[in-house]
Formats: sequence, C-alpha cells, structure tokens
Amino acid sequence: MADITVRIQSEPFDINAESQRMTGNDHPNVGALVTFTGYCRNEDGTISTLELDHYPGMAEREITRIAEDAAKRWPLDAVTAIHRFGKMETGDPIVLVAASSRHRRAAFEGAEYVMDFLKTRAPFWKKEHLTSGDESTWVDAKEADDEALTRWEKQ
Amino acid sequence: MKLVYFAWVREQVGIDEETVDLPDSIETIADLLAWLPSRGDEYAIFENAHALRAAINQEHVHHSEPIKGANEIAIFPPMTGG
Repeated sequence: MADITVRIQSEPFDINAESQRMTGNDHPNVGALVTFTGYCRNEDGTISTLELDHYPGMAEREITRIAEDAAKRWPLDAVTAIHRFGKMETGDPIVLVAASSRHRRAAFEGAEYVMDFLKTRAPFWKKEHLTSGDESTWVDAKEADDEALTRWEKQ
Repeated sequence: MKLVYFAWVREQVGIDEETVDLPDSIETIADLLAWLPSRGDEYAIFENAHALRAAINQEHVHHSEPIKGANEIAIFPPMTGG
C-alpha cells in the first residue's frame, strides 16, 4: 500500500521538503514525482484576499479516502495532499497534491485524480474579499469541476 | 441531533452548530431540509434544498439518506476548495 500523507493546516507548506520526503534513498523505486500546487490568485486585481472555510475531521477523512482510491487504481509509491484553511493572499499556496511512482504516467494520473475529486468532494469553501470594498462573496461551485470527474468514471 | 453548518449556510442561519429535537416524522435528509424552514426566517435558505449538500457523521450522503443513527448532520453548499 502506498504511503499516504494528508494534512489540513493553516500554515504554509514546503513543496521541496515534501518532494524530498517522497523521493531519494528511502524510496528507491520512485522514478517519477508529480506535484500540483494551487495558489490564491487575484483575478486581475479584483480580489484582495481569499478565506477558506472547512469541516475539520471530515476534510482529512475525505481527502484520505480519495488518496487511497488513487493508490488502488495506480501503482503509486506515495501520495501527499496538504490543504490549507484560513485567510490567503495573492500568491499564497493553498493546496499541494503530490504522487510518486516508478513511471510518470501513474504519477501524473494519480495526482490529477486526487485533485479532481478533492475539488468536488473535500469539504472546503472559498470566500472572496474584493479590492472594491464591496461585500465579500462565496465562490460558486463550477460545473466543469463536476464534469472533470466523469473522465475517471469512463475509464 | 447535532446540526452543523458551513460557508453561506452558516452565515444565513447565524450559528456554526446547534442541537435540536427533531420530530419523529423526520426520517431522511430531505425531510430535515423540508422541516428546517419552520424554525424561523433565518432558515428560509433550506427551502432551496437542491442547492445544498449534506453529510452524516462526516460522510457525504444523498438527500434520500435515512438519518437514523446519526450523531452529527452537516449541511453546506457545494464545495469549492482546491
């Protein structure tokens, strides 16, 4: 079984430290590591900060379940998923998903699978605070995110 | 029953969580969502039930799910993390 690490935290994460932990002498069969990092963007200057609400407990459980599903589907050595909560400013990293394997295909697909399911199943909600000073708004879920999942059902 | 709310559901209701005595007639999440508006004006958002998601004991469930045995029911909008 793959080595699965899931962390829900307010503090930033260290991509290099996570990558090193998943590779090197302790993981001699790893030939490929794919990392995805999601950042807070300002949408052409309209957003000042993002606030991330989450469901403690369920967030860990749901992402762990998704990572375990990915490890059953592809021959992954390790899966890491770290999701932050709280206030984010432009350029702040919000989420890290990393998957390692012997070969690139499993690592790419495993990381993408975890990210696709995390978007629609992990209990997090984004609120945008606007530079205009207008009332902040909760982000609407995107249909494209739901549609992304159908790709994994067909295979 | 412990009910917990997130995102704009929490803001509309005005509280994070509450413990409520549910009538025996409430058997499913759909029943619960249909009953909640009777609790007051701030619960009017539950009339738009199709826009809401639910979890029982921290697991996603459909609105048809029976609530028997639940310790904690969460109601929230579609998720927007990542």
